[in-house]
Amino acid sequence: MAYNFKDEMSKKERFTSGHRLCAGCGAGMACRAIMRALEPEEKAVISNATGCLEVSSFIYPYTSWEDSYIHSAFENASAVCGGVEAAYNALKRKGKVSGDYKFITIGGDGGTYDIGFQSLSGAMERGHNMTYFCYDNEAYMNTGIQRSSSTPRFADATTTPSGSVSDGKKENKKDLTEIMVSHHIPYVAQTTFMGNFSDFHNKAKKAIHKEGAAFVNVLAPCPRGWRYETDLLPDICRTAVDSCIWPLYEVIDGTYYLNYEPKKKLPVEEFMRLQGRFSHCFKPGNEWILEEAQRYVDERWERLLNKL
Amino acid sequence: MSRRERLSGNEAVAYAMKQIDPDVFAAFPITPSTEIPQYFANYVANGEVGTEYVTVESEHSSMSTCMGASAAGARAITATSSCGLAFMYEVLYVVASARLPVTLAVVNRTLSGPININNDHSDSMGARDTGWIQIYSENNQEAYDNYLQAMRISEHKDVRLPIMICQDGFITSHAVENIILEDDDAVKEFVGEYCPEHALIGRDAPLAVGPYDTQPFCMEHKVMLAEAMKNAKKQILEVADDFKKKFGREYGLFEEYRMEDADVALILIGSTAGTAKVAVDRLRDEGIKAGLIKLRVFRPFPAQELAESLKNIKAVAVMDKSEGFSSQGGPLFCEVRSACYDMPTRPLMINVVYGLAGRDVAAADVERVYRHLLKICDTGDAGETYLHMGQRSSRKEVL
Repeated sequence: MAYNFKDEMSKKERFTSGHRLCAGCGAGMACRAIMRALEPEEKAVISNATGCLEVSSFIYPYTSWEDSYIHSAFENASAVCGGVEAAYNALKRKGKVSGDYKFITIGGDGGTYDIGFQSLSGAMERGHNMTYFCYDNEAYMNTGIQRSSSTPRFADATTTPSGSVSDGKKENKKDLTEIMVSHHIPYVAQTTFMGNFSDFHNKAKKAIHKEGAAFVNVLAPCPRGWRYETDLLPDICRTAVDSCIWPLYEVIDGTYYLNYEPKKKLPVEEFMRLQGRFSHCFKPGNEWILEEAQRYVDERWERLLNKL
Repeated sequence: MSRRERLSGNEAVAYAMKQIDPDVFAAFPITPSTEIPQYFANYVANGEVGTEYVTVESEHSSMSTCMGASAAGARAITATSSCGLAFMYEVLYVVASARLPVTLAVVNRTLSGPININNDHSDSMGARDTGWIQIYSENNQEAYDNYLQAMRISEHKDVRLPIMICQDGFITSHAVENIILEDDDAVKEFVGEYCPEHALIGRDAPLAVGPYDTQPFCMEHKVMLAEAMKNAKKQILEVADDFKKKFGREYGLFEEYRMEDADVALILIGSTAGTAKVAVDRLRDEGIKAGLIKLRVFRPFPAQELAESLKNIKAVAVMDKSEGFSSQGGPLFCEVRSACYDMPTRPLMINVVYGLAGRDVAAADVERVYRHLLKICDTGDAGETYLHMGQRSSRKEVL
């Protein structure tokens, strides 16, 4: 059935209000959208890595989650989810549980690209019937905006500050989506918050309902870490996609599909200009930074197009 | 009908696992526990169990997988040793705090570094304050029997704590000994089914596990865990009673060997008890009143019961098979000495750290400790209380 924004938005919320995420946080939007991808009759178990989302959505004795939810530690959300899924398989086989359960893991980029990477890779390789959603806000936001391997080059983070002899982070962002593709799992996708959320919704739905392991990487801006006014979030997501910094694509059973091609490819600086973490890049004498950032994005975009 | 077999400690535990047929086994190899998941993999391959066998990529993930599975209402198990247990430490605390009765077969091996694959208790002693029940075994029969008792202790509603069943690496895990195995049906009947009231799946209500726990509640939750650990003692004894009725073999918090009229005694854990019993018998033949306590349950620590057992002893050597680096002696010594503090008259007490990283211990070595205790009795002075057995570089050549 075709995506209908009104129908989807009228579904009962499964990630409910009252959580303590910041206004304009991408994690909360991601969670609402993930949970909308479930059909009302489908049950789910959410495994969540330590991070902003966990400490803001399940503060004893309150929870924002209408479904079963488990948090263990920072780096093991995938293994925990794999354990839940294994239990489901065993108990179902023994006739001790019935019904259709979906197994969903959610982690930030720190818990996914970095400290949780081993656990993620293991779970994907084993092919648990689960979907991992990374809400990628490109730094360790919960502990105060430290760089992660997902932080883009030149971003100012508290462990890669710009200074008189520093241009911010020195290294490029790890391409985790491609690493997940290399696990040869049935479904991998990149998405973010665009327009009526149809791209996000369709990918979440496909990922959750495809048999086997699936990974969805969600660019999820953070107003504190990226330093933008909260109402700019849609513009930031749109410029990330239109500048080809964050292409919307999916890889289904090994075949690449580009879900959106910008009519007019925006310069990378349109994305960077909206955010305080890149403000030093716009100082006179730093034109080379913008050129280098543009060159890198162009190169990555070409490589992606070659895979289609 | 029970039957006689010859098995190593690892195979004995794997066999107990097969008979119990748990829901989820998270498997990762590490010497010397590797054989346990290997044996179990064959049971899976031959359709002898209905277990979901998850071959994880690390021990951190094996314990995390067990946590997820247990929270989902499944019986979840794993096995490990040494650095593998150390790699689990973070999750050990989380599992205990979530009150999930995961069962962990520990095959004790020294912790790195330097790397060494042989036996001591530094791995599980490092995990002694994680909120896990710890039961230790002298030989393969005890490893098997303790494993059969584990789940009924840990899953009990007044306990709900994870449990480690420990045996000595190589000495027990790889040595093939005679063993009595119980009938499959009898084992299943004894262990029973696991069906927790709340679980992530298969219940009408959803369940939330692992909250961010703030100052108004977190301490209460930790104290509840501490209370559960106290409750475990009663459950351990009740399950041991039932076990004796069903299978005939007797277990308690610790075993007393020739302690009735003893003047000098050793307290130790694990396989060295077999060696020490030989030493005790030899000394008794000489007319020396030697006794031995083999501790079975380290967590919860049976402090009052030990104090009662030691009340008429003149001198005690507490044998630690791990070095706590506290500068005051090993962990068992600290616990036993503390247990004796409230006694009106206390025995003289020394600590002997021994057998680190697989250093062999012979009956003659144990005899020397008893003779040292006799000297202490004569002089009334414990002297140096923190000793290392057979330490070549030591200037204190007393042991």
